[in-house]
Amino acid sequence: MERSFVAKNPSVLVFLAILSLFTLGVTILSEGFGIGVISTSFVKTLGKTLCLCLIAVAMDLVWGFTGILSLGHFAFFGLGGYMIGMWLMYERTRLIVVESLSQADIPPTPSEVVDAIGTQIFGVVGSSEFPLIWAFSHSLVLQLALIVLVPGLLALIFGWLAFRSRVTGVYLSILTQAMTLALALYLFQNDSGLRGNNGLSGLQNLPGVTASQDVVSIWFLWASALALGLGYMLAAWIVSGKFGSVIRGIRDNEARVRFLGYSVEVYKLTVFTLTACIAAIAGALYYPQAGIINPEEMAPIASIYLAVWVAIGGRGRLYGAVIGAAFVSLLSTWFTGGQAPNIPLGFHTIKWVDWWQVLLGVSFVLVTLFAPQGIGGLFDLWSDRRHPDRHCANLGPDDGALREKEAIE
Amino acid sequence: MFRLFLASLAILFACLPANAQEAGLEPILQSHQEIIAKSSRKTIKPAIDAITASGLPQAQVMLETWAAKDMWMRKSDGLFFAGKRVEGRSYELTDFDTGEVIGTYEKSDLKQLKPNSGVRAMIGTALVQYQLTDQDRKRRLAALQSIQRDPEGALLEPLRASIEDETDADLKAQKQRLERLLTIGYDADTAARVAAVEEMSNDLGVDVRAALNPLVVTTRMVAPNLPTDENIAIVLEPGSEALSRDEAYDLLVASNLAAPRVSQDDIRTALSANIDRGRVGGVPVAQLNNETARTQAYAALAETGAVSALVTEADIDDALGKHVFFETYREASPTVTAAAEKALDHIEFKVGLNQTLDLLLDAISLASIYFLAAIGLAITFGVMGVINMAHGEFIMMGAYTGYVVQQFIPDHTLSIIVAIPMAFAVTFAMGVAMERLVIRWLYARPLETLLATFGISIALQQLAKNIFGTQARPLTAPGWLDGAWVLNDVVSISYVRIAIFVLALIFLGLFLYIMKRTRLGLEMRAVTQNPRMAGSMGINPGRVNMLTFGLGSGIAGIAGVAIGLFAKVTSDLGSDYIVQSFMTVVVGGVGNIWGALAGAGMIGFLQKGIEWMNPSNTLAAQTYMIVFIIVFIQFRPRGIIALKGRAAGD
Amino acid sequence: MKPLKSTLAGSVVFAAIATAALSAEDTIKVGVLHSLSGTMAISETTLKDTMLMLIDQQNAKGGLLGKQLEAVVVDPASDWPLFAEKARELLTVHEVDVIFGNWTSVSRKSVLPVIEELNGLLFYPVQYEGEESSKNVFYTGAAPNQQAIPATDYFLDELGVEKFALLGTDYVYPRTTNNILESYLKQKGIADDDIFVNYTPFGHSDWSKIVADVVALGADGKKVGVISTINGDANIGFYKELAASGVSADDIPVVAFSVGEEELSGLDTANLVGHLAAWNYFQSADTDENAEFVDTWKATMGDGRVTNDPMEAHYIGFNMWVNAATTAGSTEVDAVRAAMYGQEFPNLTGGTAVMLPNHHLAKPVLIGEIQEDGQFDIISETDVVPGDAWTDYLPESAVLKSDWKDLGCGMYNTETKTCVQTLSNY
Repeated sequence: MERSFVAKNPSVLVFLAILSLFTLGVTILSEGFGIGVISTSFVKTLGKTLCLCLIAVAMDLVWGFTGILSLGHFAFFGLGGYMIGMWLMYERTRLIVVESLSQADIPPTPSEVVDAIGTQIFGVVGSSEFPLIWAFSHSLVLQLALIVLVPGLLALIFGWLAFRSRVTGVYLSILTQAMTLALALYLFQNDSGLRGNNGLSGLQNLPGVTASQDVVSIWFLWASALALGLGYMLAAWIVSGKFGSVIRGIRDNEARVRFLGYSVEVYKLTVFTLTACIAAIAGALYYPQAGIINPEEMAPIASIYLAVWVAIGGRGRLYGAVIGAAFVSLLSTWFTGGQAPNIPLGFHTIKWVDWWQVLLGVSFVLVTLFAPQGIGGLFDLWSDRRHPDRHCANLGPDDGALREKEAIE
Repeated sequence: MFRLFLASLAILFACLPANAQEAGLEPILQSHQEIIAKSSRKTIKPAIDAITASGLPQAQVMLETWAAKDMWMRKSDGLFFAGKRVEGRSYELTDFDTGEVIGTYEKSDLKQLKPNSGVRAMIGTALVQYQLTDQDRKRRLAALQSIQRDPEGALLEPLRASIEDETDADLKAQKQRLERLLTIGYDADTAARVAAVEEMSNDLGVDVRAALNPLVVTTRMVAPNLPTDENIAIVLEPGSEALSRDEAYDLLVASNLAAPRVSQDDIRTALSANIDRGRVGGVPVAQLNNETARTQAYAALAETGAVSALVTEADIDDALGKHVFFETYREASPTVTAAAEKALDHIEFKVGLNQTLDLLLDAISLASIYFLAAIGLAITFGVMGVINMAHGEFIMMGAYTGYVVQQFIPDHTLSIIVAIPMAFAVTFAMGVAMERLVIRWLYARPLETLLATFGISIALQQLAKNIFGTQARPLTAPGWLDGAWVLNDVVSISYVRIAIFVLALIFLGLFLYIMKRTRLGLEMRAVTQNPRMAGSMGINPGRVNMLTFGLGSGIAGIAGVAIGLFAKVTSDLGSDYIVQSFMTVVVGGVGNIWGALAGAGMIGFLQKGIEWMNPSNTLAAQTYMIVFIIVFIQFRPRGIIALKGRAAGD
Repeated sequence: MKPLKSTLAGSVVFAAIATAALSAEDTIKVGVLHSLSGTMAISETTLKDTMLMLIDQQNAKGGLLGKQLEAVVVDPASDWPLFAEKARELLTVHEVDVIFGNWTSVSRKSVLPVIEELNGLLFYPVQYEGEESSKNVFYTGAAPNQQAIPATDYFLDELGVEKFALLGTDYVYPRTTNNILESYLKQKGIADDDIFVNYTPFGHSDWSKIVADVVALGADGKKVGVISTINGDANIGFYKELAASGVSADDIPVVAFSVGEEELSGLDTANLVGHLAAWNYFQSADTDENAEFVDTWKATMGDGRVTNDPMEAHYIGFNMWVNAATTAGSTEVDAVRAAMYGQEFPNLTGGTAVMLPNHHLAKPVLIGEIQEDGQFDIISETDVVPGDAWTDYLPESAVLKSDWKDLGCGMYNTETKTCVQTLSNY
């Protein structure tokens, strides 16, 4: 007898309930729609955190379930942000330009309008021409499509090349890292046409929207929560079915799955591309809240941090990724924000601004060594599941031939 | 009455340089008081000319004092003196004419004259006539440098005169060379110039080209007919590659031989100036939102004569047909220009060859830096298969060790000699500790090693920031590494880079020796190929792994000292190299030192090659290089030198 | 029980409001928005310390409008989006009256929309590329015509440079500055072929080829000069390579716009002697005000510390703000802004700085030669140069003008006589 998807995955229901409660709570406490306990800047932080949770879910799917440690997903995240940013900048500037040109004696020609927009957008970087990649920026619909298409295509091509030639394991990680680095370096150049190091800015001001940021920030919070909810359900649905079993199989022993007749490359490519698209959507929601996107966001270190979040939260379980991303990024905000109290040691005062990175680095090593299940592992304690003491070794034929399910129960 | 007399006498003095000469240098200086006090290159010439024209012996001392910023002006009367700091803010002044100390003054009563380097260069040129035959070799050298920087025709004669009596062979050669160069540019005799040009046409020096190039400078001109009194270089055809139609027409416009084209901007301005009751040229203003309507309205305006007519293609063709376009040499003598062109062609070819050589040297140097950064990784990652993201931080720790050692040992040579083993010791200990505490638990999980070592990497980086600050720290190379090995003016490479290259070679040798000739190397190879088998042969795999990792880390530390010497020591020094280092190892082929060498070579040469093709954007070179590597990996996933058979593992 | 509880709660709330109100009454809050961690911390931490020192001094003098000043320091951690977030926090949560902050252009662009939306007031202390004029920002650092153009003039007139190498780090300040300079040089009759432009990434270290290219520029007998907008650490490798190839400042002079006392303090300056830098302030300026400023700074921070141009910018900006608020009798943003125009305050280098209606200062420009001890020998000082928000040397911006006082517009097109926009387009 087939049980329904929800019945098989009670955690999805719990997660969605918590997410909606959270969103409702923040809305009530916000300045825009509620009693104003939570400041708008914190609402933005929370909204951004939800986007980070979404990309963490994508990362978990590709790493925790499929075993591909991609150190390049922030590249897709950033690309998504650039795609929406291009439309936001173009449209906002167009409104300004049309307004100012309408004051002139003679109505402007379309090419004059475009030239003036170009001068405004690229004036800061000493140019005024529209590069080719801005060809679709006038259309919201096309640009929205590009949010998914550009990173998706990049992931497809890169993944196809990499998986086809059977690049696996750490090689693949290094290769994805190189891809991010190349993309970031490329975007750093002015010639790339996306304003180089300056990036695209002022993205929080939606063109034609006069509502204050107090309200806009809540809209984005809702949108981010919705995207996270949908993304979570999609990921849960993927990993619960037969597809999920195959990708877990690939993670645990790729060669065996291949010998069983599955086209491993197709599965990997599907997951890789799909998660790239999810990452891009998360990015497209993130950067209008952050207000500015520039190539520094895509530096290789960002993608490594993403892996860190997922590892600390707990790989191989979707809620673990969400917890990890939310926990570490909020904690990071708290520590680097200067709110954490200093600890005087007599000879040296520990300022968390200086020591937070050290703490993060060390705790990361400790988690990897002693708690490979991450924070999510706490739920196992609670539900009384035990992991066998494997001395950190992999599951698989060499190590007692336990399947993961058996090993847990 | 008497005062008035004195005053007029003073004015008389100032006006009569002949009288001034008897009185000494100070009156000359005073007659140019204002411009000397201002010391601007644009205005200073009369003052310097007057000083040199005076022929006074003290002029040399005075000019040298001035150039050394040791000349001071007394605020009370505006007189100039040589100043020397006594103590604190008081200065002892010496009169130029008498050479006597006239007293000690507070700084607030004085104004220091600070000639900028432009003025200093002019002073230097003025000093040449004194210094060329000076007793002091240093002064004669300074004179030659001044001539080199600002070659002038007037210097040719004194230079020629001084060659005869030059005792120093080295200086004599320099003087002769300079004489040839000045002859090319300034000799009155055309035959002598041509001879000098031909003589120097084998020389690669920048100064030779600097002397020849001005001779072949051309100016683009246009005229109804080809002039006969000019030294014409080439006649240009409009519409050819050398001169496009647009350029040709622009040239006509610039020479006032044709009417300028009317641009869209001009049309708009003209239209908005001629709005007449909501219409321009009969077209309603609201319809003027496209170019056709605007052109139409403008044409209507032009017919009424309100604006100048549009320039049509036919007009352009007509104007171009009526004129000749040509380039003329600024140098009047055709024989000289012809000889210079020929010499330059010859030199350019040789320069091209040498530039290629220089590029090759640069590429080798870059490759050896990458190799040095990656060699430790070739051991830990290549041989052991451990991903160590903290490798870059080991490089950084090595560099900081060098910096710390220099704080205690001020002698740069000694400090580097101490720093190298110290850096090895520090990073070796660090590597061993890391292997024992973290990595050995994770041998079965390479991906997690990557993440755990990344954690260590960010912690170490932040620790370095906390200890040393974010400011870059100096790691100074010993004096004998300053400067560069100069083959000629085109090919040169700094000694530091050569030292790095040598160091890279030494490490290559050391590595090969350890791996192939020592017990440890044998054990290492055994353990990495099959740890269980090695274990049953009596090798302690744990100990060997520990030592191998320590060795790799230690070499990274030494690489850090070398890299710090030629660049900078900052806390993110390591992260600059980590991705490149992994690339080097992966591209070259894992498990093989020759692979790392090949990888470093390929990346170095590639990057320099791309830089050469696109010299204005270094960032592009790095981007394209990475893209190339990604593609390369697709076709040779195991790198350039792939291990075959059982050794390939997996 | 219930009434007691509500009374209790009520009194707690009341007490909270009362304390809040009290603290709001008691102090005037000054926001300090400088990175204390990350890559920019090295430069910006100094400015935070400067602000704290200035605020302490002002409080010792009796504060402002009878109230004490209170610094609210936040750390945007060299993370550009975080700048916007922290600026919002300062304005809405801490409710500061003025913000002193930012270093990089990209961080300023990130903060702009927030400041304009919430009508805040920002004092920006660093030399920048211009082409911007916001109603809510006062630019106390140099605009291109107050640093780059005079330095180029110095090259042309004083050093007789005929061929220019514009070397820069690849980001917005060098890009825009070099763009303006290229256009300026062409107007001065320098041919296209005589301008060599190169961009390198942040922290670039492999300079041998670029230096060789620059030296080779001298092959046609023209004097070569380098205008460097190279940022931060990359300078070290550049100067080292320059020295290694035997090029002295007399052969190929280098004028840098991003190398100041602070940058030199960690460097072995033997290689750099004679090269130039252009700023509005040098620590070596010989005036009483400067001696006092330097002494106070060293007394606060330690003997080894140096002062630099952005510090003076904050010094002038802060004092002007204090005076403007005193004139206006309030710290309300619009009142202070109106009182800012025409404010005068003595420079540390002598003379007086004046705040112009375009939110820039009028100041003299100094050119200094680097000395062995890491200080600059001031060898040239121009007349007072009024800062220009929109450069005159690019065709698009030559027609633009900023005048917030009379025209009420930061981007006024003098050709069409219209205001292009009042809010910035970031």
